[in-house]
Amino acid sequence: MTLQGMSVKELNKDMLLAFYEQLWRIRLFEGQVQRLAARGEVPGFPHLSTGQEAVAVGVCAHLREDDYLFSGHRAHGHVLAKGSDPYAVFAEIIGRQDGVCRGRGGSMHLVDVAHGVLGATGVVAGNVSLAAGAAWAAQVRGESRLAVVFFGDGATGAGVFHETLNLASLWQLPLLLVCENNGMAEFTSREEHSNVAKVSAFAVPYDIPAQTIDGNDVLAVYEAAREAIEAIRASGAPRLLECMTYRMAGHYVGDAQHYRSKEELAAMKQKDPIDRLRRHLVKQGVSDNELEAVAARVKTELDAVVDRARRAPRPDPATVLEDVYSTAFAMAQRA
Amino acid sequence: MKISFAEGVAKAIQESLAANPRVLLIGGGIMGLNTAARALLDPVLRDFASRIMVTPISELGLAGAGVGAALAGDRPLVDLSTGSFIFQAFAQVANEAANIHYMTGGQTSVPVTFYSLAGRRGGGAAQHSHATQALLGQVPGLQVLTPGGAEDAYGLLKWALLESRNPSVYLSHPLLFDETAEWIPHDPFLPVGKARIRREGRDVSLIASSIMVPRALAAAETLQRQHGISAEVVDLRTIIPLDRDTVLQSAAKTGRAVIADECHHSYGVAAEIAATLAEKGLASLKAVRRVTMPDVPIPFSAPLEAEITVTAEKIVAGALDAVRAA
Repeated sequence: MTLQGMSVKELNKDMLLAFYEQLWRIRLFEGQVQRLAARGEVPGFPHLSTGQEAVAVGVCAHLREDDYLFSGHRAHGHVLAKGSDPYAVFAEIIGRQDGVCRGRGGSMHLVDVAHGVLGATGVVAGNVSLAAGAAWAAQVRGESRLAVVFFGDGATGAGVFHETLNLASLWQLPLLLVCENNGMAEFTSREEHSNVAKVSAFAVPYDIPAQTIDGNDVLAVYEAAREAIEAIRASGAPRLLECMTYRMAGHYVGDAQHYRSKEELAAMKQKDPIDRLRRHLVKQGVSDNELEAVAARVKTELDAVVDRARRAPRPDPATVLEDVYSTAFAMAQRA
Repeated sequence: MKISFAEGVAKAIQESLAANPRVLLIGGGIMGLNTAARALLDPVLRDFASRIMVTPISELGLAGAGVGAALAGDRPLVDLSTGSFIFQAFAQVANEAANIHYMTGGQTSVPVTFYSLAGRRGGGAAQHSHATQALLGQVPGLQVLTPGGAEDAYGLLKWALLESRNPSVYLSHPLLFDETAEWIPHDPFLPVGKARIRREGRDVSLIASSIMVPRALAAAETLQRQHGISAEVVDLRTIIPLDRDTVLQSAAKTGRAVIADECHHSYGVAAEIAATLAEKGLASLKAVRRVTMPDVPIPFSAPLEAEITVTAEKIVAGALDAVRAA
């Protein structure tokens, strides 16, 4: 779904329902990841974006298929919102041959070149400078596409984040930096990991226009992303968008979350982005039946996806040495 | 015509930028080039300014930008300057670039080239002298190019920039810049992944790469002249891919292998070659010796540095020891 350039006021009911559906798709998709992880069917340690879905949906609504997207270890929502096939993504997360990376990447390394998803890298902040490089490549070639990179507030503690802000400003790169400020760097709250209250403040000395918005309001994200992306396409210069949100899940599936209280979690659930949009749609006259039908339809769709993925073959161990190099060098190294 | 190693580097950059608009330079100061090479490179940096980024000191960011540009379909050269500074960029080199082709199930590859002026240069002390080929050799997915002569300085860099489909670390060497070689324009280039027999011999094989190549050739000359020993010199040219076959064939022919390497002794390139010989060449082997840097940080003061440097004399001593042992 891409609605490039339309302001929030121009969105009709069907478009808003499409947002609602996409929010549910990410929520239920990750619910399935969590369910299977609890049963030991997901290798490794998947990271859920439950509660943060509005950022992915609001930003990606403006992206073209050829725009470059970079994400990190919490990428399920971004990849789905960019247009990747939920089946290929789910099969990847459970390590199947049909996965988007043929079972070599997994939850933390979702790459889908055909949909412009060039890099979900498992290293916090590692993706930020990669996105700058892709933006530069597009700029040198005179293309109108841009690169967008999603990262958490935890990434701002890494030096490469600051190096990249300097490079993006110095080279005037068509780069949208989207911070999902969920108040947590892994298990450490923002107050404990930085004295800088707002991530958007980091953009100021580098002369990058930045804005802090409510990241749990998909329409606010949509509108702010529209302005930022239009500005980038017009000027070729970078922008930073800080989306205040909340990670309703733990850092990874199975995280006991001793670092926060039940009261805090309950309070944040009041700000659930899906409920927010639901209330808005009800005010617009959409019926409960219609809304429930959307969620039910997505649930049916994902049940089928998960069933199919679970039946898909695992990679053949005999192929483990393939694709270390994209040339015959792989053969030479097997000696 | 003869060209120097430094001219080979400059010429490869010049010709690659001219040949393909997707070749980009991030940095590109290419520190330490001699006057002739600078005269070649400087006009190029002006002519192709739109594809060259002048950079701050941000190795991690720059290496990442190179990976990202390669992901987007370009062929960047990232100048990481002094070899020891690759540690500043290491996360992007080893944990991003090297993994991408594999981790994406072969969807994409990143033909980025990291230029690194590695090795002991004299007075660089502990923080400006690293020979990183063995460390890099532990990173599947990288190609590690270690030219030991001017023709390979040119050919390997041009190959990395124009033809390679994988990430490469190109290890230049400050003490090789003035080495010269015969260079014939458009001459077919020995395929990457093949070692070069620089000198044929019967009694002992000297296995070398990078700065060890001219020193092994000097050692071979001394062995012949002063000791009547015929040494074969195998120039590996690349650490990944590694031409194990040529090493095994040469050692099978001479029965003795002396491996000269500027890496530290333990877990080095020489150790890998010795292990290969032990696994696959033992039947025809009489002796194997490693001539390497001891496991110590590189000291500053000249006599201390000289004490640990792998010289032609030390390679001669290693060869004599191997020949006398069996």
